[in-house]
Amino acid sequence: MRNLGVNKWIFAVASLLSSVAAWAEYNLNLQTPHTLLGQKIYDLHTIVTIICVIIFVGVFGFMFYAVFHHRKSVGHKAAQFHENTAVEVAWTLIPFVILIALAIPATGTLITMRDTTEADITIKATGYQWKWGYDYLKGEGASISFYSTLSTPRAQIDGDDVAGRQANPHYLLETDNNVVVPVGKKIRILTTAADVIHAWYVPALSVKQDAVPGFIRDTWFKAEQPGIYRGQCAELCGKQHGFMPIVVEVMTAEKYTAWVASQQTKAVAAKVDPDKNWTLAELKTQGEKVFGQNCAACHQATGMGVPGAFPALSGSKVVNGPQQDQIKLLLNGKQGTAMNSFKHLSDVELASVITYTRNSWSNHTGEAISSASIKAQR
Amino acid sequence: MEAVNTHADHGHHDRGHDDHDHKPTGLKRWLMSTNHKDIGTMYLWFSFFMFIVGGIMALVIRSELFQPGLQIVKPEFFNSMTTYHGLIMVFGAIMPAFVGFANWLIPMQIGAADMAFPRMNNLSFWLLPPAAFLLIGAQFAPGGGAGVGWTLYAPLSTQAGPAMDLTIFAIHILGMSSIMGSINIITTLLNMRAPGMALMKMPMFCWTWLITAYLLVAVMPVLAGAVTMTLTDRHFGTHFFNAAGGGDPVLYQHIFWFFGHPEVYIIAIPAFGVVSQVIPAFSRKPLFGYASMVYATASIAILSFMVWAHHMYTAGMPVQAQLYFMYATVLIAVPTGVKVFNWVATMWRGSLTFETPMLFAIGFLFLFTLGGFTGLVLSITPVDVQLHDTYYVVAHFHYVMVAGALFSAFAGIYFWLPKWTGRMYDEKLGRIHFWLSLVFFNLTFFVQHFLGLAGMPRRIPDYALQFAEFNAISSVGAFGFGFSQLLFLYIVIKTITSGEKAPDRPWEGADSLEWTHLPSPAPFHSFVEPPVIK
Repeated sequence: MRNLGVNKWIFAVASLLSSVAAWAEYNLNLQTPHTLLGQKIYDLHTIVTIICVIIFVGVFGFMFYAVFHHRKSVGHKAAQFHENTAVEVAWTLIPFVILIALAIPATGTLITMRDTTEADITIKATGYQWKWGYDYLKGEGASISFYSTLSTPRAQIDGDDVAGRQANPHYLLETDNNVVVPVGKKIRILTTAADVIHAWYVPALSVKQDAVPGFIRDTWFKAEQPGIYRGQCAELCGKQHGFMPIVVEVMTAEKYTAWVASQQTKAVAAKVDPDKNWTLAELKTQGEKVFGQNCAACHQATGMGVPGAFPALSGSKVVNGPQQDQIKLLLNGKQGTAMNSFKHLSDVELASVITYTRNSWSNHTGEAISSASIKAQR
Repeated sequence: MEAVNTHADHGHHDRGHDDHDHKPTGLKRWLMSTNHKDIGTMYLWFSFFMFIVGGIMALVIRSELFQPGLQIVKPEFFNSMTTYHGLIMVFGAIMPAFVGFANWLIPMQIGAADMAFPRMNNLSFWLLPPAAFLLIGAQFAPGGGAGVGWTLYAPLSTQAGPAMDLTIFAIHILGMSSIMGSINIITTLLNMRAPGMALMKMPMFCWTWLITAYLLVAVMPVLAGAVTMTLTDRHFGTHFFNAAGGGDPVLYQHIFWFFGHPEVYIIAIPAFGVVSQVIPAFSRKPLFGYASMVYATASIAILSFMVWAHHMYTAGMPVQAQLYFMYATVLIAVPTGVKVFNWVATMWRGSLTFETPMLFAIGFLFLFTLGGFTGLVLSITPVDVQLHDTYYVVAHFHYVMVAGALFSAFAGIYFWLPKWTGRMYDEKLGRIHFWLSLVFFNLTFFVQHFLGLAGMPRRIPDYALQFAEFNAISSVGAFGFGFSQLLFLYIVIKTITSGEKAPDRPWEGADSLEWTHLPSPAPFHSFVEPPVIK
């Protein structure tokens, strides 16, 4: 009986150890840095951690020595000392010296980290609830501009497609439009936000910077190898906070030039004639896309909203009321609620999404909203 | 053993003839209580109740995070759980627990009859249930609880539903309660010490509470100001935190953390005090470096006002400010180190025994120091920028809040339970409670360091697949830890109802007045006339 029990324990420990070996492939440390600055930060973390471990082992070595040798059950009698000036001065001064030794390399790294001057390319990253917008402001590719939203299918998240989730190596860390940058160039990222605070965080590139509405912050990185680096929003920004990833694709200079050219061609092709007369059906089709990217997270694809939290659009007074009021609401948002201003969308996008909401679900106004009426109310 | 005879404890010797020991009965005894012991008891039960409520919320969080994907709750409810788990544990569980200790122990340890303002003491306590009602009730407001994080950052908090207003009022009420409690503690400690009880003779627990009470009086109004500004931004058209109207969202963070960092020590310092009573008692040796302990605690408190922006390294500030806050923050390691060294030196060459209070105190010492070291890692700005808002931070503050403050509270409860109830707890069950808590705590939180290092942000309801294993382990640990606390409840109830009778001084090395001068259980009215301290 007893023997069996022991065997059981040995088995348990062995299986635990084998699974520890299996874990070795999982990260126990910071992600491998892909920038020189990141390497410095990585080393700094290693040094601080090693110093902490040494002191920890030393201090608790004393404590455990006392626990085992100075116990009453082995007959140890208590000494009655309760101070020792020399020792007390020593253990105040020695940590002080160690901390100064730590602060010196930390200072150098911090100053490098905060030097955003002489950037080759400047990109503005704007946090929205819940996606990122990117505007290439300076350097090769200036004037490129796009939004970047999560591309993981909803079914994988909600559990309707668990197999798909398990087969997806980039679950929740993939976007429809990646941020593309050339290798070996200093990229300055300006961060800001349209609604609440977000944070632009890519661990392998060692950057994290809050995106504060109404203010511009900056950070930078210079990737050493081409590759795809994944991160996500790091500051709680509402219900979809866990679902606004950042994917940075670092390319060779030639590939980057080609990417810039393709983006510019795409931009020209996508440019819509502002005077084009859209039909209701065209607006609805376009509007459904815009709705999916901007509105469905709260108001739901069914237009039913979430009772108590996000109002239903189906049968809504605003959506079925005068169009001017709905346009005004979309342009200005509603203070004190999660309904933000959507004036960053184009006239056509707004016209189409409003048309879509006014002619979907239980709403049948039959109205097609023209982009001119959006322009007039801006 | 009978209490040492002084003229103070006649209430004990001829209890039958003495109306000092007259107790009110029924509901009135508790509702109208002005007795520091009854109020202390109510604080402790209240905090245990909130600990369970906050714990259930933690288990909702850990259930959702057991596997990738959204299984159990919606993201907005998940956010509400993280928010109220934090608020309830900090303001409803840990802080009231230590105020409960303060109420029970301060008058007994300094030889006073009661707290300085007994009626205000009653009010301080009875403000808590309405605040708890608001915090819990916020879950049922239209739109659910405010999913804004316990830090209530603007402008997310300006955007939240009506639950946010309930939360703000709860914080106002909790703040009033804390301030009144602190005024009471400061006044009691400064004015009501028995003759001969010089400040530098007070037990360490009293010192830590004197310092904590000053911190509370200084920073609770700051928090009240921050949430009031949020309230007026929400409803009265002000723009303190709205850039479009000339305000600044980051201003909120500065104000919040000017409260928030001292708050960390408001929780930690009384925990230091409890441990400083327990370790010498079971080492049978006086506390090493009493004076340096007092100075170190005071230095920590003063430094805690000067480091707030280390919570905001990624919010954006000049590099000079980041350097200053980094230097000031690493400095805190010096007095904290002194305290740890002092505790170890107290144990050194003592005559140690390992009853449950001592086990929890050693657990505290070991794991709190671990949390302190991850704090040092986080204080280095470039490293913090990597780890800020990741699970590394979550692991760090749970080491100092749970293994630190909560373990210290457990140590204190097992230590003083014989004095409070007159009965001994079940030593064997107490030890099981300790080992279960220790193992499951580490299972829950140690792996979170790895999650944070690998880049998992906090406050997300779903995560990338590379985080799956450690999250599963952490969730298993959390359930184990949660259920272990039911054993604690059982132990306490068993002690009260059927514990063996406790001697007046069950711990050989315990030497403060409640042990040397008072019987177990401590009479309803103690030290009606002050003892004489040699």
